[in-house]
Amino acid sequence: MSEYTIKDRVAIIGVGETKYYKRGQAPVPEFRLACEAIMKAAEDAGIDVRDIDGISGYADDRNEASHLATALGLKQLGFAGMVWGGGGGGGSGAVGNAAAAVAAGYSKYCVVFRALAQGQFGRFGQAPVTNYVSGGPAYTAPYGLYVPAQWVALRTRRFMHQYGINQEPLAAVALADYYHAQFNPRAVMYGRPLTREEYDKSRWIAEPFHLFDCCMENDGSAALIVTTADRARDAKKKPAYVMAAAQGSNYRHNATIENSADYASSNFKTLAPRLFEMAGITAKDVDCAQMYEHFSGAVMISLVEHGFCKPEEVMEFVTFENITAPKGKLPINTSGGNIAECYMHGLELVNEAVRQVRGDSTCQVPDCKISLVASGPMVSPVSDLIVHSM
Amino acid sequence: MADEKKYYLPEGLPTPRAQRTGLDNEFWAATKRHELVVQRCNSCKTFQWGPEFICHECRSFDMGWHKVSGRGRLYSWVRCWNPVHPALKEACPYIVAVVELPDAGNVRMVGNLLGDPKQNPPFDVAVEAVFEDHPEATLVQWKVKA
Repeated sequence: MSEYTIKDRVAIIGVGETKYYKRGQAPVPEFRLACEAIMKAAEDAGIDVRDIDGISGYADDRNEASHLATALGLKQLGFAGMVWGGGGGGGSGAVGNAAAAVAAGYSKYCVVFRALAQGQFGRFGQAPVTNYVSGGPAYTAPYGLYVPAQWVALRTRRFMHQYGINQEPLAAVALADYYHAQFNPRAVMYGRPLTREEYDKSRWIAEPFHLFDCCMENDGSAALIVTTADRARDAKKKPAYVMAAAQGSNYRHNATIENSADYASSNFKTLAPRLFEMAGITAKDVDCAQMYEHFSGAVMISLVEHGFCKPEEVMEFVTFENITAPKGKLPINTSGGNIAECYMHGLELVNEAVRQVRGDSTCQVPDCKISLVASGPMVSPVSDLIVHSM
Repeated sequence: MADEKKYYLPEGLPTPRAQRTGLDNEFWAATKRHELVVQRCNSCKTFQWGPEFICHECRSFDMGWHKVSGRGRLYSWVRCWNPVHPALKEACPYIVAVVELPDAGNVRMVGNLLGDPKQNPPFDVAVEAVFEDHPEATLVQWKVKA
């Protein structure tokens, strides 16, 4: 093992979240949601919240680290970091930053968090109204190309065209998310099962995405606590050891006006090999995966780019039977994910990966030892995480 | 039958404006002349889109503009049904196209695909640029070649 790795040197020892709300229904401000989630994660970890001395965020979180440290009365702050880029691409990357910070000794207990109350601030699915636009958006907004549902659809459609893929894998992802959410009382769609007929009848947002292919819009916050493997031994619950974390981007993926060098890509092609090399495993060893689904179609591309199947095999691999717990070949998004648990920019997926390897998921995969998280397909940077139990 | 629409999408969407840095003045000046130009490196002749101050291929800062034919192929397209902007409330569905320009290093441009919004054009079909004049700027739209 290389000296320069975080493999098994770091663990996630606690996870927590607020109640997850539909957009606009959180009764308290976003900042307070962030404080609550962090306190719940500390409680789950069995540490005093004041012993947190690192704060790791992503997606340009509005709740600034020093403000949180002050409000929560943290004794000291040894690390404050943010992953570049909006959206969910930084979810696993923020865990990677926290892991690096504790491995380097900057922080003893680093919290990773995301707080998002779309009801109190802007919606990601609606365009701002302005008279003029310049830069990259000058070439897209005047044509009504504004929001992720549209540009993810453009890339997904090109992939579907190239490999002869129809609506089935997309429906499978949406239905699997809803199925898993029926076991998860935290899920916003708990008690709201989705049938194939309802899926087919739901309105188009941007073809090939029906309403149920799209993530929800929510209010809430999630958090988790990262510390060294040594300290993790004293944790209240079974630690989830970090096997590997990585963030990155393909060559010129972020070229503007739809000019990514590799267009129909989830942007994991250069990252996934680094991830598996650090972990010392292959895709076959993964028991359960949490695949970020802002839109269902990106999931099949992410699965391909992590080596779970070949592009030509998507139609036979990405089926409801194969991707649902407990019996599927590769259960994914076992909490309901962004589509049916809560759109917490994918941090709910990280918390679910931890729960799977420590054995207390609401939709437990039997004998789950290794869980992978893929954060934020198609944006830049994207990031990945693999946790396991020891 | 309603009168032919003045523009593909209703008025009220933002007007494109050249960057304050001057980086893309030439593109918007050219569309007003009904010409389509793409950034190209004066040193190594690599096409680049969107515009930057530096060439990604050779790191030269000597970037120029190259007039292209306006012929392309339909690389991808999406039919949009959700009004993501108040001006689009009565305009759905509409089609957004991503077009590759084979005579400009396969750089891609975005526009609307003119014609029936319910059409299902094949991928990679030949398309050509159509200039849509607005009071303050000229947009570049695309239509399937007859």
